[in-house]
Amino acid sequence: MDQFLFYLFGFLALAGGLLLVGFRNPVSSALSMVVSFIGLAGLFIGLNAYFVGIVQILVYAGAIMVLFIFIIMLLDLNNEKPFQFRSATILGGLAIPILFAIQILGVIQKGPTEHSEKFPPITEETLQQAADGFALKSDGELLPASEQTAIYRSLAHQDSPKLPDTNLIGETIFKHYNMPLQIMGVLLLVATVGVVVLSKRSSKNANTQN
Amino acid sequence: MHTIAWLILGLPLLSATCIHLGFKRNQGLSTIIATSSALITLILSLVLLGNGKDTSTAFTWVGAMGEHFKGIEIGLRIDQLSRGMLIVVTGVGFLVHLFSLTYMKDDRAKARYFCGLSLFMFSMTGIVLASNFIMMFIFWELVGLSSYLLIGHWYQKPSAADASKKAFLTNRIGDFGFMIGILMLWGITGTVTFSELELWSATPAPFNATFLGIALLCVFAGAVGKSAQAPLHVWLPDAMEGPTPVSALIHAATMVAAGVYMLARFFTSVDLEIIAFAPQTIAWIGGVTSLLAALMATQQDDIKKILAYSTLSQLGYMVMAVGLLNAQAGVFHLFTHAWFKALLFLGSGAVIYACHHEQNIWKMGGLRKKMPLTFLTFTIGTLALMGFPLTAGFFSKEQILEAALHQSTPLFVIATIVATLTTFYMGRLLLVAFLGENRSENSHHAKEVGALMLIPLVTLSVLAIISGYPFVASALSPLYEQVGFHFGPAFWASLTALVVGGGFAFTFYRNAETDPLKDKKIALVFRNKFYVDELYAQIVRFGQDCVAAIVHFIDELLIGGLIVGGCSRAAEGIGKLFGRLQSGNLHGYATLFGLGVILLIYITVFVP
Amino acid sequence: MASLNDYLLVSGLLFAIGLAGVIIRSNIIVIFMCLELMLAAASLTLVAFSRFNVSSNGLPDYDGQVFVFFIITVAAAEVAVGLAIIVALYRARQTINVEDLTSMRG
Repeated sequence: MDQFLFYLFGFLALAGGLLLVGFRNPVSSALSMVVSFIGLAGLFIGLNAYFVGIVQILVYAGAIMVLFIFIIMLLDLNNEKPFQFRSATILGGLAIPILFAIQILGVIQKGPTEHSEKFPPITEETLQQAADGFALKSDGELLPASEQTAIYRSLAHQDSPKLPDTNLIGETIFKHYNMPLQIMGVLLLVATVGVVVLSKRSSKNANTQN
Repeated sequence: MHTIAWLILGLPLLSATCIHLGFKRNQGLSTIIATSSALITLILSLVLLGNGKDTSTAFTWVGAMGEHFKGIEIGLRIDQLSRGMLIVVTGVGFLVHLFSLTYMKDDRAKARYFCGLSLFMFSMTGIVLASNFIMMFIFWELVGLSSYLLIGHWYQKPSAADASKKAFLTNRIGDFGFMIGILMLWGITGTVTFSELELWSATPAPFNATFLGIALLCVFAGAVGKSAQAPLHVWLPDAMEGPTPVSALIHAATMVAAGVYMLARFFTSVDLEIIAFAPQTIAWIGGVTSLLAALMATQQDDIKKILAYSTLSQLGYMVMAVGLLNAQAGVFHLFTHAWFKALLFLGSGAVIYACHHEQNIWKMGGLRKKMPLTFLTFTIGTLALMGFPLTAGFFSKEQILEAALHQSTPLFVIATIVATLTTFYMGRLLLVAFLGENRSENSHHAKEVGALMLIPLVTLSVLAIISGYPFVASALSPLYEQVGFHFGPAFWASLTALVVGGGFAFTFYRNAETDPLKDKKIALVFRNKFYVDELYAQIVRFGQDCVAAIVHFIDELLIGGLIVGGCSRAAEGIGKLFGRLQSGNLHGYATLFGLGVILLIYITVFVP
Repeated sequence: MASLNDYLLVSGLLFAIGLAGVIIRSNIIVIFMCLELMLAAASLTLVAFSRFNVSSNGLPDYDGQVFVFFIITVAAAEVAVGLAIIVALYRARQTINVEDLTSMRG
């Protein structure tokens, strides 16, 4: 079943990409890109990366693609004419990715043999084991029940323990990558300011389309 | 003794410097300074003559460096050769100064003239007193410079400026050979000082005789240039553009004799037995020159040109004598020739002055009656030149003919023919210029010249007669070997030459109004100096065209087109090439991007 | 479950498709979308590696997923600014066809 799902979502991602490159209508391209992202999200979830998968849908497909479609609609674009493509461009555009794909194949084959093994699944014992790790104090004693973290509880004490990867990601970010997180905040601020500045109209050409 | 010699050398230099730096505007003072310096040097030379010892003195100019270079010195060598030559130089020099007082009376640049004369006296004295070849070469060049300055005294005339340039350039060609010869000699013998050369030739180290012969020929090249032998004789007739006293001093008596003097120095320093083939060449060049010059002289119309060619011819005699290994005869002839040639030139100067600067002999005539004393002195000079018995020229010519007779019969024949021709053209000159009737207004109004001009003429004519006799010659002549006088073939040959030549001259030119021979084809060749000047002009032009073509090619095509143009075109091409990368086309940029990525992956991953 | 190599292959192909789109298409907005596709392919690689690197307590190593989180954030900011630039460009040149925008030629 897992294998089938992998193939399905993989095919979805690749097909979406191909359609994105092939469609002349930019709105069609944008929508096929959404399909591609859905496939990608499926692949993420298959990799037990639940948080990243959902964020992918929310932010990428939800915010970014909507923004794209906004702008396409704003600019009121026409279709690209079919014979506008120059043969040189198409030739280069086909040759280079094919070469690149061949090189990727080569790189993958050169990789170590462990990479062709399947992922070890996450079972209950794994979770139990991990839970013990979270319930220990620094000196090796067990924590009392009132101080047990949510991670521990979700790892250990449910009927069907599941992987609390949001919590784990949160823990990784806030414990180890706090500084980059703050910088991300500043980056978003800068981007917002930049967008506002770039969109400002100079007072001379006030009567263009809105 | 040494002080006297240094004074003789230094006094004219002092006079030239003073005139040049200070007194250019004060013409009278410059004249007095120059003439008195000439007089004092003459007196000092006579004093030097009295002390009969050979001596030399020197100071080091360039010190010795390393074991092979012994240094160059500046020194004076006083022996019989230099003493006699000093008498000639200072004597003729003083008389010419005296003559110039009147001749250049109306000239506007008298100070420059006398400055040049003093400079010349300095340089010539330097050559005479030089103790080594390098010093002689320095003064050799200085003499060339003085000649240039004096020939071009009236430089506003284009012909005079050209003539002085021609003289200098032709001399320079000879000097180039001279320098090579000196260097070769230095290499072979290890020294350039004359006294050391004598020592070397007494016990020579093993050397290559051919090289020594070639060195001698190269040194002789200097004499060819300075003494105007063929093929470098072309400058002497043109040098007559200078004032006549200059011609008398430089181009008759002294500078042109410097070549012979140098050869005499060389031949008295180096033992002649060890030299191979060079003297033969020298003798033949001298003989050929004298023949050619004599032929050219028979058809000239300018009085100074006739005398110039006559000088060439007599110089050929001297060089021939030196080449026949009889340097004494050559130098003796130089000694006597100096007196009578200077006399002839000064006489012609008097004639020119009296005829208001008319130089064509066909426009003179009948001057015997107008200028009797000049005529008398001129005749004495002519007789001496012809080799009339009992004059000085007779004795010296006799010695040369004897030498030719004993060593080389063809040269003897040539010498006799030249003697005949000498008599012929000098007779022509005398008959046309002095005898006969006045042929022009100028000659009609000629009158005798002043005393200041006559004194040198008279003095020189006396010397022209007596300087051949042993009692004078052994005392004054630079080199003299008293040979017993005998009525040998040489005597009869010279007598025959005299009679035959004189007879022909008398026949053709007595009472002639124009030259009867001038329309013959061969006369035209003589008149045009065998077309040598034209040949040289063609050669020079051809050479210049070749060099210009080569330089043009290098400049335009190689440097301009290839290097400069090539650099600019290369830069432009490369710039255009890289300019095409910036097409403004996003697709192009993206393609290059992708190619770069592929290349990067290839290099980092797949190349081991 | 697939192996790591399979995920890497999918990611690589997706990246190549995005590259093809950048080179071939002449609509700037579509080129931008292909750029985003390339970013997404890279994030797939990161997640695959993060799942594959199992740490000592059996759980995956979450650094890769944190990185993807940041990538998504940056992509969002970049898209915003880029689209603002495109809008400004459209206002100035009235075209978004790349082949008409060649004033940087030479």
